[in-house]
Amino acid sequence: MRIANRTIQFLFSLSFLILPLMASASGGHSESADKEFSATELINSHIGDSHEFHIADWNGHSISLPLPIILWTDNGLEIFSASEFHHDNTGHHVAKEKFVRYNEVIFYADKFETLKEEDKSAFNFAARPLDFSITKNVFSMLMSVIILLVLFITVARSYKKNSMAPKGLAGFLEPLVIFVRDDIAIPNIGEKKYGKYMPYLLTIFFFIWINNLIGLIPFFPFSSNLTGNIYFTFVMAFITFLITTLSANKAYWGHIFAPPVPKALYPIMWPVEIIGMFTKPFALMIRLFANITAGHIIILSLISLIYIFKTVAIAPVSGAFVLFMSVLEMLVAALQAYVFTLLSALFIGQAVEEHDHH
Amino acid sequence: MNFTSPESLVFWTTLIFVVFFLLMRKFAWKPILGAVKGREDSINNALLAAENAKKEMLNLKSDNEKLLAEARAERDLMMKEAREIKEKMIADAKSEAQVQGAAMIESAKATIESEKNAAMAELKNQVSSLSLEIAETLLKEELSNKEAQTKLVEKMLGDAKLN
Amino acid sequence: MVLAGIGAGLAVIGAGIGIGKIGGSAMDAMARQPEVAGKIQTAMIIAAALIEGVALFAVVVALIAK
Repeated sequence: MRIANRTIQFLFSLSFLILPLMASASGGHSESADKEFSATELINSHIGDSHEFHIADWNGHSISLPLPIILWTDNGLEIFSASEFHHDNTGHHVAKEKFVRYNEVIFYADKFETLKEEDKSAFNFAARPLDFSITKNVFSMLMSVIILLVLFITVARSYKKNSMAPKGLAGFLEPLVIFVRDDIAIPNIGEKKYGKYMPYLLTIFFFIWINNLIGLIPFFPFSSNLTGNIYFTFVMAFITFLITTLSANKAYWGHIFAPPVPKALYPIMWPVEIIGMFTKPFALMIRLFANITAGHIIILSLISLIYIFKTVAIAPVSGAFVLFMSVLEMLVAALQAYVFTLLSALFIGQAVEEHDHH
Repeated sequence: MNFTSPESLVFWTTLIFVVFFLLMRKFAWKPILGAVKGREDSINNALLAAENAKKEMLNLKSDNEKLLAEARAERDLMMKEAREIKEKMIADAKSEAQVQGAAMIESAKATIESEKNAAMAELKNQVSSLSLEIAETLLKEELSNKEAQTKLVEKMLGDAKLN
Repeated sequence: MVLAGIGAGLAVIGAGIGIGKIGGSAMDAMARQPEVAGKIQTAMIIAAALIEGVALFAVVVALIAK
């Protein structure tokens, strides 16, 4: 009992330590105290993307790392720092005498003036330059790439010196590599053909996993929501789709264009099969996006409870829940990376499978 | 949700992922998968070699036993042969000795016979010459004295009987 | 907003029942044949992921429709 009590006490005190950090890290657009607290706004600003990396708030001032803004305008490339916008996100401050930022979307200042409210969207390409900025998510992705490269190149180097059983880092990472090979690639793609797809499967597994985990760490160089961003998951799913389609063999296309049904049904079957080609990677995209975003939303909502109820009394309860959800999300981080890799392997396996019967 | 412009993340994700994938494939996955595969192969080979060595050991053991049994059998055979040879040699020696002894006895007998014959012949010669001498003397005596002659003959005959 | 929430909730109920059935059957199967537990688990995760995908479509539709 005493140990249980101690543990609970420890967890609570830990949650007190972490909570302010989380709250400040997530309140990207932290409003000054007089403004009404809005959980939706806080959550939206956290799970979305941003041109600057918010670090903390100090005396009502937002401290953030401005990231480079790269715009492809009508008159060529423009590169400047995000600090030019002076944290403005409402379309009032004109940076470089040409650009305004509204909800993290950069518009031409002159065109923005005349826009109606519903036209102020990221898809209004006429009113805005093409934006290739290094955003928070891109920054976080670069960081994850560097971490993974350093980790795995170190491991790869260690094999040159040590041909015996793996030690240290290699001993930790090698079972994961073997897990991807023996439990994902070989059962789904087959003993003969799996080798060609191993580098891709390993890359997406570790890439998605580490980005899921980075999203769970609640302070500065981390805390982005990259794998919960639908554009990111779109690219990942699209690459899987490309690999599946490009490596598809005769049997796969035969199954789509000449399914084992009476010929009269072909006009019905073709659209179904062709839509089926796209729904699989589409589900992949939505699954990762929705799972990770949902996890972030739950954690942030639990933290927001403190601010909604405006009392410290709720903090232990919400802290305990946040802790529980964070642990669960760590499991989900690995599970979603596994599921994404597993389904990619499954789709590739279907595309390269040799059918002896029809 | 505050999304920035979609092209930003799509562009950078594609670029970074492709470069990342190529780098990882070249510098990480190839050496790691190669090393893992190499190690698995070497472990399999080692296990196979151990199995073979075990089999060979078993073979060697049975070979040794066979060899030992053969050696033992050979030894037994050799001892048996030696015993036989010994017995044969003894028997041979015995029979040879017998034969030789018989031959020696035979030759001794023959020598004795021949000696005896020679002695008999000599005796005959001597007897005849003695007879002749006696006759001679007798004749000479007779010619002078009859009595003396008879006496002499008798005496000589007595002598002859002794021979 | 409320209707979207109800829609999302309905979709989640369906997916919950589906995934629950998969999990239950998988447990049953694993208890019967523990030697193929690994294969059952993989199949279970794939099936659950597919159902979850459908549920997530519904949730996303609900979110967009708000």
